[in-house]
Amino acid sequence: MPAEFYYGVEVFINGLMAGVMYSLVALGFVLIFKASGIFNYAQGVMALFAALTLVGFQNGQVPFAHLINAIFGTDLHHFGWHMPAFLAIAFTLLVMICFAYVVEFLILKHLVNQEPIILFMATIGLAYFMEGFGDLMWGSDIKKLDVGIPQGGNFWIEESTAFLGGENFYGFYLDNLDIVAAILALILVSSLVMFSQYTKTGRALRAVADDHQAALSVGISLRTIWVIVWSIAGFVALIAGIMWGSKSGVQFSLSLIALKALPVLMLGGFTSIPGAIIGGLMIGVGEKMFEFLIGAPYLGGATENWFAYMLALLFLVFRPQGLFGEKIIERV
Amino acid sequence: MLYRESGDFKTSYSQDQQTFPIVFDRVGYFILLALALLVVPLIINDYWVNAVILPFLIYSIAAIGLNILTGYCGQVSLGSGGFMAVGAYASYKLMTAFPDMSMVIVILLSGGVTALVGLLFGLPSLRIKGFYLAVATLAAQFFLVWLFNRVPWFYNYSATGMIKAPERTIFGQPITGAEVSPAISYLFCLGFVLFLAWIARNMTRGVNGRKWMAIRDMDIAAEIIGVNPLRTKLTAFAASSFYVGVAGALLFSVYLGSVEVGEAFGVGKSFLILFMIIIGGLGSMFGSFAGAAFMVLMPVLLKNIMVGQFGWAPDLAAHFEFVIVGGLIVLFLILEPHGIAQLWRIAKEKLRLWPFPH
Repeated sequence: MPAEFYYGVEVFINGLMAGVMYSLVALGFVLIFKASGIFNYAQGVMALFAALTLVGFQNGQVPFAHLINAIFGTDLHHFGWHMPAFLAIAFTLLVMICFAYVVEFLILKHLVNQEPIILFMATIGLAYFMEGFGDLMWGSDIKKLDVGIPQGGNFWIEESTAFLGGENFYGFYLDNLDIVAAILALILVSSLVMFSQYTKTGRALRAVADDHQAALSVGISLRTIWVIVWSIAGFVALIAGIMWGSKSGVQFSLSLIALKALPVLMLGGFTSIPGAIIGGLMIGVGEKMFEFLIGAPYLGGATENWFAYMLALLFLVFRPQGLFGEKIIERV
Repeated sequence: MLYRESGDFKTSYSQDQQTFPIVFDRVGYFILLALALLVVPLIINDYWVNAVILPFLIYSIAAIGLNILTGYCGQVSLGSGGFMAVGAYASYKLMTAFPDMSMVIVILLSGGVTALVGLLFGLPSLRIKGFYLAVATLAAQFFLVWLFNRVPWFYNYSATGMIKAPERTIFGQPITGAEVSPAISYLFCLGFVLFLAWIARNMTRGVNGRKWMAIRDMDIAAEIIGVNPLRTKLTAFAASSFYVGVAGALLFSVYLGSVEVGEAFGVGKSFLILFMIIIGGLGSMFGSFAGAAFMVLMPVLLKNIMVGQFGWAPDLAAHFEFVIVGGLIVLFLILEPHGIAQLWRIAKEKLRLWPFPH
């Protein structure tokens, strides 16, 4: 076998790993969409906000330091302590739960029964708000996030596969971070599925997803369910934020992964948790392989920017509900 | 007291259907027009043209375009930035390939090219609906920007990858390049705005506009009463892209002068124009203008207050802008989903009854 082939295999595997990262964001979308029919554009910004908050807690930054300094002429920036990672994660989770409550109280409550597209636009507004708010709170410089996840290539895999490709092949390169992300995604999905299948709250969630009014009439509180769902989505966002933040630093571009998660959802279907994972893997592999085989040699590279959307577009023309989505039935 | 329709009897259908049925509105409109055409060019200066008026005029055209598609035909698009880029690059290629061509024709042709591209990306709209379509239009956005970045033919193999508008004149006056007088560029853009808004207003209340609205309100019912969905959606895409393309061409050639595609026509621009029509009012001509004015003026105002008055750092002001824009969008959607245009309508209703509201 030529080394080219093995290189292709490596690209494939790295595509799978990138796909896992997309899926992590897409999961949050699916959760909220299933429970409230809201297409939450702010999911990516939630990941950014969670990561910013996490870093802020870890480094002991003073929230709104810039603003306070600008108004009162003080010179605050740090409290001067460092928080251990698990404590910071717990606090961030608390913040995300408060956030879920505030969103429900200030926005969702008032927008019940609006058209889906209005709700979608409201979440775009929310995304803008949070982007500015996160920057105001923690500053907009690029931050390094380190919660103790191993990074860099995995030597064991590299060494144990080196014999395959002959002289010019040194084994498959796999980032430890990606492996952790894959494992986390697996745990996350299975625990989410277990939660929604085997707990009382999970059953209530599914009831709300199925039919709002019927759920209301048997005594399920919609507003509580929404807070729960947004909290879970916040938790998923936190994990996505940690993974993406450790990978490429906590910065503004993190919020753009939400845009990448959209084609993932369209492929997998908006309502399916396994769909989010499989869609993410397909997009990850597809764009990496396309770049490797066609994009870089013939089209001048950087095809990753648009390939996912084109794939989703073509796919939707033939199957508008995505791979695992519920069939769209229009009733008159 | 003055704002009444009583006593103003309409004796023909065309009088009954006119855009401004109340005398006060009609007179006000013509006074505004006269002010804009005759007085403003005399008193205008560089700062006002570049900071406020040109962006307002150009974004109004784009907002009208997106409003045709989203407000009147109900197809949400997040690809406006990409279509603006098509307009800009088409005008660049036309300006450099045919140096003697009149700028008016260049701009209109760039709109035409954009309309063709819009048709192409509108094709999937027959199968894909709602926010599936919104996401599908993102494909246009990212693909087009990538295309203009990667294919050197589009930027004439320039080393920087940027496009720069060559100097052109109109009626002997420079209209692009460094030596443009503020009044000329203002009048040039104003001409396009007035002409295109007039066409759009008449298009939306004619046969096409009614078909678009039928599709928007319920596509299945529209199909049953004999509206061809494919043709209707495609005409909406074409018309909308034409407007957006013209806006892109003007933005590049008259306003910015030189453009780097990812920066000037990125996905942020698509959202900006979408925000304009949400805040202004979906499906309203006035709303397009109001939204464009709001989104152009607000950052300038905020910057003047926060940086100029309080002396804060510019990046702090930029963050506040995000917070305020986002908050306002949510607020508008909650309080008045139909935007500024609806507030205006309510105000006019109240004004009609004033001062005796019963």
